[in-house]
Amino acid sequence: MELLCPAGNLSSLKIAIDNGADAVYIGLKNDTNARHFAGLNFTDKKLEQAVQYVRDHNRKLHMAINTFANSDHWQTWQQSVDLAANLGVDALIVADISVLNYAATHYPDLELHLSVQASATNAGAISYYKENFNVKRVVLPRVLSIHQVKQLARTTDVQLEVFAYGSLCIMAEGRCHLSSYLTGESPNMNGVCSPAKYVQWQENEHGLESRLNNIVIDRYAPEEPAGYPTLCKGRFDVDETRYHALEEPTSLNSMELLPELVQMGIASVKIEGRQRSSAYVRDVTRSWRQAIDACLSSNDFKVKPEWDECLSSLSEGNQTTLGAYHKRWQ
Amino acid sequence: MKYSLGNILYFWPKAKVESFYRQAKESNADIIYLGESVCSKRRELKLKDYLAIAKDLATSGKQVVLSTMVLLEAPSELNELKRYCDNGDFLVEANDMAAIQQLSSHNLPFVAGSALNIYNHHTLELLYKQGMSRWCMPVELSRDKLVNVVKQCEEIGIRDKFEIEVTSYGHLPLAFSARCFTARSEDRDKDDCQLCCINYPTGRITKSQEGDNLFVLNGIQTMSGECYNLTAEQQSMMGLVDIMRVHPESDNAFNVLKQLKNQQSIPLSSGHSNGYWHQIAGIHIG
Repeated sequence: MELLCPAGNLSSLKIAIDNGADAVYIGLKNDTNARHFAGLNFTDKKLEQAVQYVRDHNRKLHMAINTFANSDHWQTWQQSVDLAANLGVDALIVADISVLNYAATHYPDLELHLSVQASATNAGAISYYKENFNVKRVVLPRVLSIHQVKQLARTTDVQLEVFAYGSLCIMAEGRCHLSSYLTGESPNMNGVCSPAKYVQWQENEHGLESRLNNIVIDRYAPEEPAGYPTLCKGRFDVDETRYHALEEPTSLNSMELLPELVQMGIASVKIEGRQRSSAYVRDVTRSWRQAIDACLSSNDFKVKPEWDECLSSLSEGNQTTLGAYHKRWQ
Repeated sequence: MKYSLGNILYFWPKAKVESFYRQAKESNADIIYLGESVCSKRRELKLKDYLAIAKDLATSGKQVVLSTMVLLEAPSELNELKRYCDNGDFLVEANDMAAIQQLSSHNLPFVAGSALNIYNHHTLELLYKQGMSRWCMPVELSRDKLVNVVKQCEEIGIRDKFEIEVTSYGHLPLAFSARCFTARSEDRDKDDCQLCCINYPTGRITKSQEGDNLFVLNGIQTMSGECYNLTAEQQSMMGLVDIMRVHPESDNAFNVLKQLKNQQSIPLSSGHSNGYWHQIAGIHIG
């Protein structure tokens, strides 16, 4: 089982490799990248250095070109594929059908992974992408229960990659326009959910208030921890009740499922967080490396308290959940 | 311009659905979409009931299309999808790539629904070759973006190969989750939902703490809090759009269709928005 870690810059990439990642995934500094946050990601030159570092350490580099290409600038996606192929990345993570088609036609030897943004949640969709574009691996959306993941693993011969830890998208990825509805910027097209430039914080008679494009996402009592105003984690009113109508601030942590994931033959566990710090990448990578090694070498795997503490402390709202893997969450 | 009536996105009792389609038969809709696309637990009507309605509607000259599920997870849901696709009579709207896989492998034509991520001419070309006869564009696309897609389609010679449909009225489907938000609003899990969506025939409105209409909770689907209203844009769609789609909110859908047919519009009143079409936040008015 592969441990796949995120990197928003070269220093995080090196840290991930040095702390035990089998593979690292990154993206370019443009609209092709579904983590297109200001101040992050790789220029052509940095990408070259990333390829070299990963190669020197005999690990793998995956590059995400995983937004949906638009007709105005389709060549941006094309050029990004060309660049990745020419520099020799090990796999491309792609969501858009036209980009998959381009890569499969022009670089048949380049390994294609279906991005989570393509939202392939069932055997039929997976067959479509395999038969048409020869995808080798599918990254599963965070909407499936562990039982459903198991059923898929049994029925498909495509490799499966699952999210192990990190921010929790509670919607089927690639099928959420909530952020675009409030801000006009589309995660599918531009690669950012709840963009920082629309976020405002203010103290007023209601306490600390977070807004996204001027809409109140949450208000916090004096001692209450305040989180980034991702709109699916806001507190809203449904009739007379005010609550986290969609989800509370929390992160996904599936570490306790590791033995099951190993047993069902999951190819890769993915850590979310290309937008997070190098320290996050270091600590999360280290915990998961140890956990995977422990799980592979023993029949009696238990999550160690220090891993749990480390992962909780790096989570949204300092709490974690099994998310959709656990039926009760749904 | 042709006008279509989208499938019912809410969970209505069978008698209400049947009465709705009796009216639809007499309505100004040229095309009628039918079927469950949100939640497989909603089984007031089964496929055979929809097919019976479809056959009846078809006798009045309407084109009937069967809409399929957006989020398919369980093998049982895939089996149901296959039954929709193999119905033998009616065109099918694909809302997941699994439907396209099923339909294209049987050489059947399909409508590519707005829940599919189709944003450019190259994707359209490939899907056209696989059997797409109509594209209902993603709800977040603007007129300017559409103009560009169409221009590129003209350049590669595929503009006249399929129809273009735009969601023009109703609360917009914005997101789909494993979680049922209506059940959550009643403090229950999805497994114990007690089919409570049936108590909310237009979903549950969710407001910000300042009272803005943000979202409508409709089972596993989150919809726009404002009713999208492009009825005044019919003129700006001429030559660009072939079909305007109206989502049923209530019987009012028939009035909306009538106004559209008469080249009239529904006023953009409070509770309405049209931002996406103008390339601004969907919640706003452009």
